Amino acid sequence: MENNVILIHPGDNVAVAVRPIQAGEPVVGGREAIVAVGDIPQYHKVSLSALRQGAPVIKYGEAIAVAKAPIMTGEWVHTHNLEERAGS
Amino acid sequence: MDFSGFRRKDGTWGVRNHVVVMSSVSCANGVVRAIGRALPEVKTITHTEGCGRALDDVEVAQRTLVGMGNHPNVAAVLVVGLGCEVIKADALAARVADGETPVEHLVIQATGGSVRSTTAGIRIAERMLARAQSQKREPCPWEALTVGMECGGSDALSGITANRLVGAVSDWLVQQGATVILSETTEMIGTETILANRADDPALGHRIFELIQMQRQKTEQFMGELAGLVISPGNMEGGLSNISEKSMGCIVKGGTTPIRELVAYGARPSKKGLVLMDTPGSDIFSLTGMAAGGAQVMLFTTGRGTPAGFPTVPVIKIASNDGVYEAMRDDMDVNAGMLAQGAPLDEARDDLVTLIRQVAEGRPTKAEINRQEMVAIQTTGPAF
Repeated sequence: MENNVILIHPGDNVAVAVRPIQAGEPVVGGREAIVAVGDIPQYHKVSLSALRQGAPVIKYGEAIAVAKAPIMTGEWVHTHNLEERAGS
Repeated sequence: MDFSGFRRKDGTWGVRNHVVVMSSVSCANGVVRAIGRALPEVKTITHTEGCGRALDDVEVAQRTLVGMGNHPNVAAVLVVGLGCEVIKADALAARVADGETPVEHLVIQATGGSVRSTTAGIRIAERMLARAQSQKREPCPWEALTVGMECGGSDALSGITANRLVGAVSDWLVQQGATVILSETTEMIGTETILANRADDPALGHRIFELIQMQRQKTEQFMGELAGLVISPGNMEGGLSNISEKSMGCIVKGGTTPIRELVAYGARPSKKGLVLMDTPGSDIFSLTGMAAGGAQVMLFTTGRGTPAGFPTVPVIKIASNDGVYEAMRDDMDVNAGMLAQGAPLDEARDDLVTLIRQVAEGRPTKAEINRQEMVAIQTTGPAF
């Protein structure tokens, strides 16, 4: 199956959807096969692992934000479940 | 040997061998342009500075003009001044000559006006062109290269395709011992901590942190409501959640190696490796600053697309998606759109490195073919 996400940096815990992904679809192109637990809009982020509240969200190999609430593997990651990382 | 270039007396290497005619003050721009019309092979550098500015801005303009004059890609310079300006032609020429670049100057008030100055200037520039034509390229190492990295307006793909590609090239260049300049302080807002942690030592990290914080305050102070544009609703719909993520998409073009140095606008780095330069995000100001800092080649990820180039420095323009590439094919050198479909990054990097070598050895970029040659010098205060 064709990749539908890009993993920008090997240390990232989110990947970027290169086309819209629907709930229940496999997420391909990350580290291991996972399933989207909700719709992921194109170019938006999907979590590659389960994140606890307060856990750093890593993209480009850097913490760009922290989880405002627990985030499931395969969940859409955006402003609704993120907050600014302290000190950035 | 890694590519062939023009050896300069001060130990630097040029990838072009241009004769430059430059004004020391905006009042001399007309004569400079007239010389350029008569001799299309010369590169003209005109600007709005040289007089009527506070000392801080005079210093920046002078440094930038000197940097563009004794640039490695420049074989010889003719400086044209008016006579009563603050940045005088003879003083500017003397500082360019300190870099061992052959230089002459001409003062319009002392030469009998614009017509006679143009005639005299054409004669001088013709001699310089003849001498430049006899110079040959020699083999030189990648270490001789300084590459400036620039981005235009971001789109949802910039950080995934074009800037990521340029980042991979940055890491490769640093590995070869070359210098990479990452600029545009405005586009670093939100990555203060990330960049500070990448600095070679804590003192440098602290300076980087302070600089970006100051830029954040300045942006809010001067742009007010518009500061909100730094992360726009469009950015958010495109999947960027906050300013840190957006800015990461910009600074990713500097790659992942440690930051060796932070230099002022238009100043020449003293170290190899990754160097930050304090420039505005606005494209032409930033390109001018990096050119004055000695970049012999610049990579420009253009977001929405731009015709921009620089008189003496080849600018390789990279489209972040197929749409922009197709829409502005005459202006774009590279299409990074295939990276959005999962094309391998290392192959794209190798292709871009090959193109950089070809351009360094004389292959013209689209901006050179189109003669897109613009200069804008950064100022902080008003004109008086």
